[in-house]
Amino acid sequence: MEKPFYIFSNGRIRRKDNTVFFEYGDSNDESQEEKESKPANRRAVPVETIDSIYLFGEVDLNNKVINFLGQNHIPIHFFNYYGYYTGTFYPREYAVSGHILVKQVSHYVDPGLRFAIAQEIIQSSNHNILKNLKYYERRYGDLSGFISHIENKNREMGSSRSIEELMGFEGQIHKRYFEAWNKILKSETFLFDKRTRMPPDNPINALISFGNSMVYATALSEIYKTQLNPAISYLHQPSTKRFSLSLDLAEIFKPLLVDRLIFSMINHNQIRENHFESNLEFCYLNEKGRRTFTEQFDEKLKTTVKHPSLKRNVSYRQLIKLECYKLVKHILGEEEFKGFRMWW
Amino acid sequence: MTLDQQLKHTGTLVNYYFVCKRKLWLFAHQINFETESDTVALGRLLSEISYDRQKKEIKIDEMISIDWIDFRNKVIHEVKKSDKLEEAHLWQVKYYLYFLESKGVQGFRAEINYPKFHKRELIELIDSDREYLKEVIKEIEEILPRDEIPEKVRIPACRSCSYFEFCWV
Repeated sequence: MEKPFYIFSNGRIRRKDNTVFFEYGDSNDESQEEKESKPANRRAVPVETIDSIYLFGEVDLNNKVINFLGQNHIPIHFFNYYGYYTGTFYPREYAVSGHILVKQVSHYVDPGLRFAIAQEIIQSSNHNILKNLKYYERRYGDLSGFISHIENKNREMGSSRSIEELMGFEGQIHKRYFEAWNKILKSETFLFDKRTRMPPDNPINALISFGNSMVYATALSEIYKTQLNPAISYLHQPSTKRFSLSLDLAEIFKPLLVDRLIFSMINHNQIRENHFESNLEFCYLNEKGRRTFTEQFDEKLKTTVKHPSLKRNVSYRQLIKLECYKLVKHILGEEEFKGFRMWW
Repeated sequence: MTLDQQLKHTGTLVNYYFVCKRKLWLFAHQINFETESDTVALGRLLSEISYDRQKKEIKIDEMISIDWIDFRNKVIHEVKKSDKLEEAHLWQVKYYLYFLESKGVQGFRAEINYPKFHKRELIELIDSDREYLKEVIKEIEEILPRDEIPEKVRIPACRSCSYFEFCWV
């Protein structure tokens, strides 16, 4: 079974024969002397078991190991000191189909075809947002106003004709959704005023930013396994800076993978003030915070649910890949794309 | 368009023709999920590690890939994981013989080897097979250039197929 590896410690990744070695130094807070006095911990990992690698620590890699990981189709996601997504080593495409690429592009170029996919993405995302609110409405109450407001906006959105209009509705819905968070979060310390990015200015924004970049990287790993080209997207404008198809897919899964996680981690006191590094104008998760969040995020991805049409258990991570398959079938003209909507 | 000009690995195509027309079409359009499949990986590994004294994977014209050839006894060998002599396996191998004949290589027979079961199956090409294969190739050539993907059909093979999730999601 392949799985992602998250590396927080400082150290090195090596190739020895046909195996990958993670050599851990120690965590960031130790002094240089402490590091040198201890022997490195070594861990051998069979390359077949690695799905992808997430690098948070200060890690050395040489071209030998990068070539080896590339041959084995393993993407490496890099994050900077603040846990900000830097980029991905996206190995040479191995699942390429000229036929799919042509169809994928033609669904982008035709405004009608593009809009249909974009709208379905937003509607699936809204459905999942409402699922979250309804879940907490049953538990804590006091959310029905937000729910009906968003339901109305969702209906109004049905008459949009352009992606700009869709994005407008999406903005309004998210604004309302975020306002509801203060009713969901049972915490004295963490309050959510408004969404800020670059840089996030409070702990909740820091969690959202970090969580979203994790979903983005995970979606990218899943797209890599399919014939879809990650740069051609429908809701988001294909851009040179990002693999924007990943952003499209992330939109659908953020409510399930990130938002729900934030609610439960804060309400269960798993994330605390000391997990953040903050200053007047910014706020970041520190190493401990990132570890804790990532652990729970990984658990989330491994959660399984019985799929109604496959009649098999699939993990949340697999759901992302299934989303890619549905897109492929859509652009091939076989079955209309129906985005993932939480059914439980 | 003929298979000769358009496609590599026609042995696989002949095999898939007998398993599932949809799989045939998808594979030919480079839509496959076999790198993701444990079953496929296992089959490949088995083929690599068994009979390791033989020279392996002989590609002919980039069209077919024969596991190994015993030139002295004029036998081509194909390694399979499951010992069910499936129609698809049978015709894949018969196609190899047919292909070799078309290149002027006569008098060969084939053997399917099942290393896990220490079993083998001998296969010969007869006249009626040649006629039938001609038909099969014609049909494959007719299916591939179609724009629509052939409809999915639920068959027992779906259960362990690497396309299962793609088809049925």
